[in-house]
Amino acid sequence: MSAPILTVRRLSGRIAGQQVVENVSFEVPATGVTALLGRNGVGKTSTIRSILGLIDRTGEVTLDGHRIDRLPTHRIVQQGVGYVPEDREVFGSLTVGENLRLAERDDRPRRDFVAQLFPDIHDRRAQRAGTLSGGQQQMVSLARALVNENRLLLVDEPTKGLAPKIVDEVAVALAEAARTVPMLLVEQNLHVIRALADRVVVLSGGRVVFTGEAADLLDDEDRIQRYLGVHDADAAAEGSSR
Amino acid sequence: MSTVVLLVITGLGLGALYFLVASGLSLIYGLMGVLNLAHGSFLTISAFLGWEVGRRVSDGTWLGLAVSALVGIAVGAIVAALTEYLLIRRLYERHIEQALVTVGLSLASVALFEGIWGTDPIYTEKPDWLGQTTVILGAKIPNDRFLLIACALLVLGGIVLFLRRTRYGLIIRAGVENRSMVTALGIDVRRSFTLVFAIGGAAAGLGGVLSSVYYGYVSAHLGSTLLIFAFIVTVIGGLGSLTGAAIASVLVAVLQQFANFYLGGTGDLVVVIALAAVLLVRPRGLLGKVA
Ligand SMILES: Nc1ncnc2c1ncn2[C@@H]1O[C@H](COP(=O)(O)OP(=O)(O)OP(=O)(O)O)[C@@H](O)[C@H]1O
Ligand SMILES: [Mg+2]
Repeated sequence: MSAPILTVRRLSGRIAGQQVVENVSFEVPATGVTALLGRNGVGKTSTIRSILGLIDRTGEVTLDGHRIDRLPTHRIVQQGVGYVPEDREVFGSLTVGENLRLAERDDRPRRDFVAQLFPDIHDRRAQRAGTLSGGQQQMVSLARALVNENRLLLVDEPTKGLAPKIVDEVAVALAEAARTVPMLLVEQNLHVIRALADRVVVLSGGRVVFTGEAADLLDDEDRIQRYLGVHDADAAAEGSSR
Repeated sequence: MSTVVLLVITGLGLGALYFLVASGLSLIYGLMGVLNLAHGSFLTISAFLGWEVGRRVSDGTWLGLAVSALVGIAVGAIVAALTEYLLIRRLYERHIEQALVTVGLSLASVALFEGIWGTDPIYTEKPDWLGQTTVILGAKIPNDRFLLIACALLVLGGIVLFLRRTRYGLIIRAGVENRSMVTALGIDVRRSFTLVFAIGGAAAGLGGVLSSVYYGYVSAHLGSTLLIFAFIVTVIGGLGSLTGAAIASVLVAVLQQFANFYLGGTGDLVVVIALAAVLLVRPRGLLGKVA
């Protein structure tokens, strides 16, 4: 296998003096989707935010072989890291078009690609992002990352709180994006994980407790229950009720 | 009737001065969460240097005033940008230290200005027309009010255009809403911090020169007095809201004028009561974002 795009070694992160990521180590291969899993509150979001330098962190993180753990967030992102945060974080007072323009990192934005992927969003360029539905806001958040050429995507719970039909749309967009760029994906919806993930990394108690092929986890009801605290059937019910 | 007209237009003129100070305060707070207590110093130094240069070029003429204004704008922008770059940049998210540094700077600068220009007000010359009056609806309005109002409207329009039409404006508007997400899009938001200080300083610098026209003197305390009311205006308008600052500037100044005239010089008191009332009823101010 070729060299990983992202390596994380002994990464710890703290928020207001409290340790929320503890000595986490894993790799993200240069192709495909790596799912970062674990129960609620285990530190998945904090791990991603530590990688990006959005919270205080120690440890070693390399992107394509180069250390990025001392860089400020904007420099890390400029190296080609697209970030889709939990809860979308679109700028509600800005229009959709302004959200997208703000995200363009160079003079070769992939506007047509994004417009094809999210035609609904494209039609709503002049609308204030704060007035969009949750699903539409998620599309804007994804589009902000995908409008650039990235070397790695960090995507945090893109289907959280969305109706099943929208979940499918988001999954299709993610699959499309994943054809050309490796992705670290935090996701709770087992259907989406099954459809997209090639590999999985499981966190528990702030640490990595399992890494491997997606199938090794997902075909093992016992492990799913132990690591994620859900039965597949529960997850299916949950997935359709959200 | 003529009294009401006079009070309203004088209020608008004074509100214009408040706005020139409050616009910067509000933008700086909105983007960076910094309560810049040194903002009055930017105004005072600009007033003094604007006056020093302007009177040497041509004292008491439009040319001299224009030169003063340009110098004041430039001095305000430069001093503010340097303050951000050298002092405040190191202290983001450390609110106590920020308050101490900016208060210290403002006290030290007043002492410095008194050392250079003395403790007494220095009376200034202005173009003849500004000392005359124009009759509107029977009220004799001092002409300098019109200059103040026109300048504040230009500044308001300029800042709004800048915020709406430029990439830096876009970054600032986004940063006021969610600063860390702006950096997570690969943008060095700190660069726009310096820029916002410079813009706020430029507006305050113009305010300094115009307040020397309005009051007829320059003094080391020019900035401190205006700063207090500008802060009240900023809080009433909603910290971080430019439009809120504009509306509150006018409301506060007009209220102050009316209270001074009809309620026996109680303008300042009434303004403070209005502040308390707004804080009780609507803690985030007229147009402030939810804290
Ligand atoms: N701003 C904060 N202040 C204090 N503690 C925090 C903060 N943000 C997160 N934490 C704590 O850090 C831990 C990890 O949170 P994190 O959001 O990373 O978990 P998560 O795995 O992403 O959870 P979820 O699945 O619910 O999104 C939790 O215990 C949480 O309470
Ligand atoms: Mg999370």
